[in-house]
Amino acid sequence: MSLRRTPFHAFHREAGARLIDFGGWEMPVQYQGILEEHRACRSAVGLFDVSHMGEVRFRGPEALAAVQLLVTNDVSKLKDNQALYTAMCNEQGGIVDDLIVYRFGPEEVMICVNAANRAKDYGWMVAHNPLGATLSNESDVWGQLAIQGRHAAALLQTLTALDLASVKTYWFTQGTVAGIEGCILARTGYTGEDGFELFLPAGAADVLWEAVHRAGATFGLSNIGLGARDTLRLEMKYSLYGNDISDTTSPLEAGLGWVTKLDKGDFIGRDAILAQRAAGITRRLVGIEVEGRIARPHMAILHDGAVVGEVTSGSQSPSTGKNIAIAYVSAPLAAPGTELSVDVRGKAARATVVKTPFYTRPY
Amino acid sequence: MKSPASYRYASSHEWAVASDGEVRVGITYHAQDQLGDIVHVELPMVGRKVKKGESVAEVESVKAVSEIYSPISGLISGVNAALAGSPELINKEPYTHGWLFAVAPDDVSELTGLMDAAAYDTHAGH
Repeated sequence: MSLRRTPFHAFHREAGARLIDFGGWEMPVQYQGILEEHRACRSAVGLFDVSHMGEVRFRGPEALAAVQLLVTNDVSKLKDNQALYTAMCNEQGGIVDDLIVYRFGPEEVMICVNAANRAKDYGWMVAHNPLGATLSNESDVWGQLAIQGRHAAALLQTLTALDLASVKTYWFTQGTVAGIEGCILARTGYTGEDGFELFLPAGAADVLWEAVHRAGATFGLSNIGLGARDTLRLEMKYSLYGNDISDTTSPLEAGLGWVTKLDKGDFIGRDAILAQRAAGITRRLVGIEVEGRIARPHMAILHDGAVVGEVTSGSQSPSTGKNIAIAYVSAPLAAPGTELSVDVRGKAARATVVKTPFYTRPY
Repeated sequence: MKSPASYRYASSHEWAVASDGEVRVGITYHAQDQLGDIVHVELPMVGRKVKKGESVAEVESVKAVSEIYSPISGLISGVNAALAGSPELINKEPYTHGWLFAVAPDDVSELTGLMDAAAYDTHAGH
């Protein structure tokens, strides 16, 4: 099967990106180099093509209630033009996906899903829609660009009459951007920086890419590939689906208790999560710093010579130079300051559980 | 970048060059380009006895780790200490300041079993 391409594919080629297979998508992993791109996003502003993400629309009088049954966070608290990060669980309390829910109105909700989970999520939503909301998979309708960094808002403001200063974190607005009607601008992201995620009609990809680049020249805009997207999110300890969270990890284990509202009423997985909480959480997803070596996914975490966990993500932090990782560890060993080690190809490297995020933006 | 004509090359993308009774070893331009930004290097202990083809070092980029195989048998006679603080030297100057380690060879003629620059460039797809 040939790889799928986003509407921005030709621009990646032209920019000299190295393209890789990412979950069936031919995506740019880097343009100038991961470190340079990471620093550009932290110090100025970066542009990411995230069109491989999927979008599902819920409509009808039962739209909000239908989503409320599917996700762990409390959608009933949302106001129009507000967004919400959440998990969506299976009956066993495992995470089907992590999502952002956007409330457009009392009878209209959009959900943004991970690229690799597009088909799985849509199938899951259709199969678990007892209230009969009207679902449509709009994944091929939308392109999506993330504009992230301290200059993101100023850059985008030059392209739209919408008042972006009034769009607070995890809120969104709709309107015309660079002459293209029907765009959605959400103040969300996966980097730890201020910034926006811009949903645009896929057919307008050329116009938007060129407009953002023209406007970006004075703000030091850089293209950012998936390599730096991963190091940026790792520094924030944002979960990557498939690495840190999966169908077999629960939100409580994954540190997503803050988006799991067990008292909001029924949702899929609630009973299993309540039972897990009552029995006690046995493992927790923590941040660790490793001395001298770089931890990589699937390396064993050791304590007193015994295996007590596993690394799920790891790299050197481009911002701090420290070797950082995310790992599941036995719950009694999850407190910051706990000393552990990581089995790096047969050699034990000292590691310490630390508070996260690993990086905090200075503005 | 063209591979230096005076060097010899292993199919696993290490280069080797003899000078002053030692053989210096590094990784090729192609290898560092494939790895991306290099952020950490594990080098062998000086004095360690190594065999041709043995894994003796590790080069780590942001995304990946790569084992480095000695292209010649002998004793490790030196390592590039500058890499501890500046592993990016491997990206910037893979054939000079980005060298990894040196070997006092058992038999320097072992190098003739490696590829020359033209053969390596074909191997690396350049």
